[in-house]
Amino acid sequence: MTSEATASSTTEGHPLRVGLFVTCLVDLMRPNVGFSTVKLLEDAGCRVEVPELQTCCGQPAYNSGDFSDTQHIARQVITAFEGYDYLVAPSGSCVGMIKEHYPRLFSTDAGWRNRAERLAGRSYEIASFLHDVLAVESLGASHEASVTYHDSCSGLRELGIHDQPRALLGKISGLELREMTDSNVCCGFGGTFCVKYPKISEHLVSEKVANIAGTGAELLLGGDLGCLLNIAGRIKREGRDTKVFHVVEMLAGMIDVPAIGEAETPDGPV
Amino acid sequence: MKSTAAKFKKSVRVSLGDPDLQRAMGFIKSGFVKNRRAAVERLPEFDELRRLARGIKEHTLQNLDFYLEAYEERVQASGGHVHWASTPEQACEIVVDICRRAGAKRVTKGKSMVGEEMGINDALEQAGLEPIETDLGEYIIQLAEEPPSHIIAPAVHKTKHQITELFHTHHARYGYTERQTEVPALVDEARQVLREKFLSADVGITGANFLIAETGSSVIVTNEGNGDLTNTLPRVHIVTAGIEKIVPTREDASTLLRVLARSATGQEMSVYTTFSTGPRRSDDLDGPSEYHVVLLDNGRSQMLGNAFHEMLRCIRCGACMNHCPVYQGIGGHAYGWVYVGPMGSVLTPLMVGLDEAGDLPNACTLNGRCREVCPMEIGLPDMLRELRRRQYQDRQTSRTSRTALAAWSFLARRPRLYRRLMGAAVASLAWLGRRRGRFRHMLLAGGWTSVRDLPAPQGASFQNQWRKRRGDAQP
Repeated sequence: MTSEATASSTTEGHPLRVGLFVTCLVDLMRPNVGFSTVKLLEDAGCRVEVPELQTCCGQPAYNSGDFSDTQHIARQVITAFEGYDYLVAPSGSCVGMIKEHYPRLFSTDAGWRNRAERLAGRSYEIASFLHDVLAVESLGASHEASVTYHDSCSGLRELGIHDQPRALLGKISGLELREMTDSNVCCGFGGTFCVKYPKISEHLVSEKVANIAGTGAELLLGGDLGCLLNIAGRIKREGRDTKVFHVVEMLAGMIDVPAIGEAETPDGPV
Repeated sequence: MKSTAAKFKKSVRVSLGDPDLQRAMGFIKSGFVKNRRAAVERLPEFDELRRLARGIKEHTLQNLDFYLEAYEERVQASGGHVHWASTPEQACEIVVDICRRAGAKRVTKGKSMVGEEMGINDALEQAGLEPIETDLGEYIIQLAEEPPSHIIAPAVHKTKHQITELFHTHHARYGYTERQTEVPALVDEARQVLREKFLSADVGITGANFLIAETGSSVIVTNEGNGDLTNTLPRVHIVTAGIEKIVPTREDASTLLRVLARSATGQEMSVYTTFSTGPRRSDDLDGPSEYHVVLLDNGRSQMLGNAFHEMLRCIRCGACMNHCPVYQGIGGHAYGWVYVGPMGSVLTPLMVGLDEAGDLPNACTLNGRCREVCPMEIGLPDMLRELRRRQYQDRQTSRTSRTALAAWSFLARRPRLYRRLMGAAVASLAWLGRRRGRFRHMLLAGGWTSVRDLPAPQGASFQNQWRKRRGDAQP
């Protein structure tokens, strides 16, 4: 934690206590996104904790129609994060689940519904938390590169995340943002959709990759690891060389690791 | 219409591999999507209008019985007849019976999705009648013997070249032997052929975009004027419509019309908007001598008040399918029934059965773009998820999916065990993928790796690294 906590990240002089919801994909596939999120929050003066009793937000069960297991998982998340000022996650999709869908899961259970709604009101996706809640003014990062940004669907449409990551990226000196055609159109991930309907998913992700390539940007950034794994996997399959990172890795200046789907090379990553 | 929704996956392979279809579907984005956006941008109060329109439909649905009865009374008062059908079969019987009593031979048709739902063309042909589609798109697919692939642009899947060939094949017998390759010439040729049919038709069947309770009028919008010729020239006019088409007043209809055209084609209004009220009156210059309305339920009344209630607000503009990346890729025929895209993926399982159309609610990424552009703000993704819930509950979900989900849920509900097992699994996966950073193939992950590489995990899980760091840091 830095000593320069801003006014907005403290309550009566105490730093904000933020519970990090890591998300299952970041936890298992790309811990660097988790550590980047921690760094951004701590740099902004928050005290970050990672509640032990978390696994996943429950979307795989929810979107497969298994509402009973989803409720179990939702209760687990609600309980784990009840003591914090905020829940923050590096994913619009998981925060959309917690904010929009948890309260609905308990439409016939007033007690849990209230608890779900209270958590929903305190839950934020990282870019919107930094921008809208903490009003972070400077990131102190610089990076010479051209980037393009993919708007992941849940963050965009359930949480209205569009301008925040762009505004934050604008604070990194040397970075050039090149907008792609249809940045707001689905990449074809869709959770289990991409393995249940691989041919349709291929059609969507190929179009996304073509739009990314059309910008000529060196890096693709986005706010949801599911989409990024899908897009990076397709970029590799097509033999293209755009590097893929989660937006927080760039914001935290932690892109000194291999990009998604890349291995360490003798020349070093990126 | 008979459903082929059960063959969804096979149809998808065919569609994605069809270069003509892929080319034709380009119009969805370059035409409908672009034009809608421009139309909405030109009207700053669009969202306010949308809110009003939604309120009108919702109010009507809350009082549907009242408005349906009021409508029936007004139709009768203007000399028309209202027929109630609970099933498509009953609706067909009613229509065929009206045609028979009128001694009809030739029937012209305006575009009607309820007509497609009923399979009215087959029923008319079986009864020895000659149905002729007069909407250009419907006419094209009638010649091609195909179902519509879009609710407002039924032949959107056809390329110009395919239409040239189709007309060449079917119009030679009328003396049109030259291949027309330009759109105006093709339209003109179809117009000439259809003109004679319009003049000789005994019955005209149209759908309805709205039915107005206040006046007993039916409203249709077209861009070709074919609807007007269908409902004024023949002796008998039959309107086929779903019971949810009702709106209280003319004022309400005009609000909805402003939302409809902008959402559908990006027009401010369609070229022709026609109100039909009863048969020809003594001082009318033209019009039919009989006016019938066949109101179809087909499961609609069952949707009132349940999880699918909002679907009855649908005004059939097609914006959801135009903006659906899945629909844009696979086209309408893959959906296997009358209604396609997101609204079809909700309606088809409800109307032909969830077991028959089991793929439809699942072949969606839940990206929410359909809901975003729906003028009636229908929660399509939520309804698709609700259908998945029913499938899961009724054990229609595949055994593989259920087993995988059960195993995953078991772990997800036990964080400590999850952390140990999954942590070990990703650590070994990271080790296996350390040289390339990704996998081209993986056992049990064929759905993923058949079309894209699988990025390798970075190493130990975040949770394990975090606990370790914290443990190290503690005194």
